[in-house]
Order: sequence, then structure tokens, then C-alpha cells
Amino acid sequence: MKSAVVATALLALQSTTALAENPVLKVGFVGVTSGPAAAWGISNQRSMETRAAWINETGGYKIGDTTYDIEIVSFDDQKDPKRSIAGMEKMAQEGIHYVVGPNTDDGAEAVRPVAEANGIMYFPYAFSKSLYTPPASNAVLAMVANYQSGPAIYKYLMENKGVKTVAFVAANESDPLSQRDTGVEAAKALGLEVVSDNVTYQPDTTDFTPVLTPVIRQQPDLLVLSGVSPAHAPQLIRSARELGYQGLISTETAQDAQVLREGSGDLANGFISVGGASTPELASDMMKEFVDRYVKMFGEYNDESNTKVYALEYILATLAANPKAINDVEEFKKTMDTFEAPNPFMKGDAKLTYVGMTSFGQKRQIAVPLVVNTFENGEFKTLFVATVD
Amino acid sequence: MLTPRAPRPGNGKLAGTSMEQVLANGIYLGAQYAMIALGLTLIFALMNVLNFAHGQMYVIGGFVTYTIYGQLGLPYIVALLASCVTLAVLGALIERFLFAPVIKGSSREESTMLLAAGIAFLLDALILLIFGEKQRGVPKIVNGVLNWDFRVIMPYDRILICALAILSIIAFISFMHYSKTGRALRALAQDRTAAQLMGVDVDRYSTIGFALGAMLAGLVGGLLVTITGVNLGMGGPTSVKAFMMVMIGGAGVISGAIAGGFILGFMEAIGLAVLSQYGDITYLVIFVSLMIFLAIRPQGLMGKPWG
Repeated sequence: MKSAVVATALLALQSTTALAENPVLKVGFVGVTSGPAAAWGISNQRSMETRAAWINETGGYKIGDTTYDIEIVSFDDQKDPKRSIAGMEKMAQEGIHYVVGPNTDDGAEAVRPVAEANGIMYFPYAFSKSLYTPPASNAVLAMVANYQSGPAIYKYLMENKGVKTVAFVAANESDPLSQRDTGVEAAKALGLEVVSDNVTYQPDTTDFTPVLTPVIRQQPDLLVLSGVSPAHAPQLIRSARELGYQGLISTETAQDAQVLREGSGDLANGFISVGGASTPELASDMMKEFVDRYVKMFGEYNDESNTKVYALEYILATLAANPKAINDVEEFKKTMDTFEAPNPFMKGDAKLTYVGMTSFGQKRQIAVPLVVNTFENGEFKTLFVATVD
Repeated sequence: MLTPRAPRPGNGKLAGTSMEQVLANGIYLGAQYAMIALGLTLIFALMNVLNFAHGQMYVIGGFVTYTIYGQLGLPYIVALLASCVTLAVLGALIERFLFAPVIKGSSREESTMLLAAGIAFLLDALILLIFGEKQRGVPKIVNGVLNWDFRVIMPYDRILICALAILSIIAFISFMHYSKTGRALRALAQDRTAAQLMGVDVDRYSTIGFALGAMLAGLVGGLLVTITGVNLGMGGPTSVKAFMMVMIGGAGVISGAIAGGFILGFMEAIGLAVLSQYGDITYLVIFVSLMIFLAIRPQGLMGKPWG
């Protein structure tokens, strides 16, 4: 807790010091950093701030002939689409052309007119296909969508664990509900029997036992927690296990090992979720250093940052590939079609590249590795890795 | 491959679908809700203040217990006491330095409402800064699950917390009825001016009452963190639920808050068991019922029409 306060002060000091040396490239963040879903946006913001501080400390980021210091301009939209619009307008007023966020479908949909009118490329953590499908062209999906990860997970579990029946539970909010619907569709397409898909819960639910009992009664082989927030996942897992459920539990959202460890303990063993590149099998030295720096700045790492480390890196690397894009997003769009660079966060020859042709008909998704993890004795282990096109 | 599961005993039903399970869930939910509503209604009764920060106080109570029991590894009872003391001190400071001057300087009720809303935002920001954004949980205080022929399944820790909550409610009511401080607080709630004329130190007992209300929030936060965990976003929704319970039972009436808590708990348990097949309409039904109820009886079950 002390370290978080000190880190904030140091960050401000570092930014001020660094800004005096190089010209500044501002990159925006519009997302939720307060309220129940704060963990989603804060892990975004802190990932960006950690990477920016690291870049500035090591002399800046070279784009063309100029070396820039990176400044992160953040705006808390409180998970409210009206605030998301205000945030994107603020970015436009500050002359920012590249923004990470928002974190939700309705927020990302709401900011689209502002982004398009002001020449802003934005990188939402939202799954709505209309954001990335022509005629839309300014949004770039910054993670793997549930309709991409879900089928891969279900297929793996059918082939390797003998799963035949599945039940879905979701919060009564737009994003989890739409993720549940696409999950149900994918499961049916793969030949799974969906035994329950109409049980939902209020986002402010604190006791999940009454919610889950009708679902557990169906005894599905697989229980999918659609779009589950990190705050709810441990409680749902714990309630399901305490009700005697012995099957598999999975989600297509990223989770945090510490939160699962504290909230569910050993009851979370076997829980399957989508992760990033920080498991020992995959993390490069740069990823390990990123985690160390994050911990030094903010006191504690958030495993959700394993997927959220990428957006800023993509923006900077693409600008480095085409410096004219720094003030012209049309140049950025042209570069996306052919862009390729080494993925610094993963071992091996993984690449940073834009994908999405299959899902959206154009390259409007960053190629984040689809890392599916299983939780075992307090930490994540990689179950399998796949790619998305 | 999946492990084959044991055949289900009894009548083949899993817990939660039986009436016994619904009743058990209702009692458990009702006890925790009643505890949450008690502190809020006490503060309202004493000072006519709608404390929008009550949920945030509950969250702080949870985080204090998390820090002392979950992080430092001290005994749970120590953590629970620390939550109570921390919130009592915080409540007393808030009353003495924020509410008391505003109440003295302004006769408009909205002044205290705005102040309470401001305090809620401030506490949210402080919680984020001090405890972070993550969901937190503590080790279970009791392991094991009660399984009564699959008709009632209830983890032992929930049973313990439910019992502690009911005991706390009984202790609170006894305190209010039989202690000198409790009698003074009740006198203050009934008629502030008359209580002052009878020699009750109104300022002192207002501070004590607010501290007691905040302490109850801390106590329930410390109890429930063992079951639900805690995160910074729980404050606002907790306040909303507490207001609902208070409105059902009658604002400012302690027995009404307890009744409101149990009514809401049972409505939720029954709704989730009966209505789940139609989607998440339990709270829709509860809100509609509440609107109809308030239209017929705006003062709540046990409140007086004149306030």
C-alpha cells in the first residue's frame, strides 16, 4: 500500500524529469479505473505507465529520426459510455491520435463517432464485431475475443477431457450476456449439449450459492463463467465446489492468480482461463523485467496485464515502422496490413502482427497469443497455446 | 477424462431446489442484510442523515479484516475487533468534524445528503489508493460443508457467520434497550429536543451513535469478507441494498431494518430458486414489489407516517 503511494509520486517525478529531455509522444487511455470493474482498467493503465516509464528511463523510443519520451494520458470512464465519449473528446482536444481502451462493448461503440471524426485509432478490449468490420476502420481489437478463444477451449476439452455437456452463467450486463450468447452458439456448433444457459446474476451479487444451485443441478461436464470479472470468479468457483460440483470450470476472460488464490484457494484448482505471456514456459526476459518493474512501481503485479502489455507496444512499433503515421492514422492503417516485428514478450520466434481477416474481413486485431491457462496450487500453468487469424 | 461422479443420494435432487435450501439461503442472506441495514437506520434515526457512505464503511471493515487476518496472519477475532474499532473511530471523526458542523450550519436536509455522497466518493478513492483495485479474500475460518441428504447444503463458515450475525443483532438490541447509552440514543432518536431538555448530551451521543452505526458496518464487513471477499466496488451497491431494506422496514426503526433485511433476503432466495429459469428477473420483481408496497405504505412496515 505504501509502495503504491510512493510509486505514484515517483511516476510523476519520473515523467516530469523525462519530459524535459525529449519531445513527448502522448498516448491515451480511456477505460474504467474505479468501481467494481476497476481491476480491468487499472491493469491497462498501469501496464502502459510501467512500459512508458521503462522506455523513458532508457532514453526514449525512436520513431524515424526523433526519439520520444512517452506520456500516458488517462481518463476514467467509470464504465459509463457517456464518460467514455467525454474521455475520447479529451484525447482529441489534447491532439492524441492513439488511444488504448475502452474496456467494454458499449463504451467502445459510444466513442466510435468521436474517434473517427478526430482521426484517432483506438484499441478497445471489447468484442463487438461491428467495431472492427468495414466500414468501421479506426478500432483495433486489443485482445483475443471470446468467440475466438471459446471454441478453441471447448474443442480442447471435448478432445482431451471428454466434455459432452456445458452450462453457461453470466452477469446481467451487456458484455457478459453477449459473450454468453456467442459461447452458446460456438458450443452448439461444436456438438456440445447446452444444459443451462439462462441463469444470470446481478453484478452486485455477493452470495452465489442461490444463483448456482439450479445450474449445478444439471451436473454439466463444463461450467462456463461467461465474461466473468476477476471479482466474481473466485466466489463463483467456491460456491460451485461447495455445492458439490466436480466438473470443469472455465472462462474466456483473463484472471489474476493472487485473486483466485485468496478467494478460492485449492477449490480453484483446474480452473481454465485465458492468459498472456507471463507463465515461465512462455515469458521472455523482457516480459520478466516488465513484471519486475510493474511490481516495483505499484507494489503488486496483476496477471491481467499479461494480455494488456501489448497494446502500447503495438502502437509504438507500428509508428516506428511508419513515422508518417504519428499524426496521420490513415498511414497507420496502411502500415497495419504489412506490419511485422518480433514479439519481445515471448520466447521463441513469435511475431507482433495484425490479424482479424477471418473474424472481421480486415486486419483490425493485434495478434496476442491465445494462451489458455489452468490454475494449479496457486499459480497458472499453460494448458495450450494457439493463434488467431 | 472427467472423473465419474457418485450417484446422488436421497430423492435425486441437488441442494437449492428444495424448500429447506431456500429457507436456509433466506435466513443466511437475511441475517447479513439485517446487519448491514442496522447501522444505516441507526444513523438515520439519530441524525436524520441518509449515510450514502455506509457501503464504503462496510468495505473498509472488510479490508481491515483482510489486512490483519489475511495478510498479517493474526487471529480472526483480533481482525474483527480491529475492524469494529477502526470504523467506530472513523465514524466518530466523520460525525464530529463533518456532519455536526453541517447540521448546525444548515437546516436543509440536502446539505447532509450531499456531504454523505461526497464522503462516499472520498472513501472510494482512499480505498483504491490504500488497498488497491483487486478483489481480496481471506482463508476460510471453518472448513467443511454441511450436507443434509442433499436437501440442505451449507458450508460451515456460512452457518457460523450467520449465527454470529444473529448474535450481534441480539447483542445490539439488548445494548439499545438495557444500557444507559442505548436508552439515551433511543431518547435522542424519538425526540431530540426533549432528550436535550432531559439532560442528554446531544452532541456527545450523536457522535457515539454515528460511531456505533459505522462500527456495525465494520463488523459486518469483517464478518462477510470471510465468505464473499471484498473489493472497492462493493460499497455503492451495498448502500443501495441497505436503503431498500430500510425503506421496507421503515426508516429509522431498528426492528424495521431487521425485518427489511430478512424480507429482502427471503425474497432474493425464493426469487433465485423459482425465477432463475426466466433469466435474471428476481430483482426486477423485487423492485416492482417495493414500488407497489411503498405506494400503499410509504412509511414502510414499522415506520410512522409522520417520520
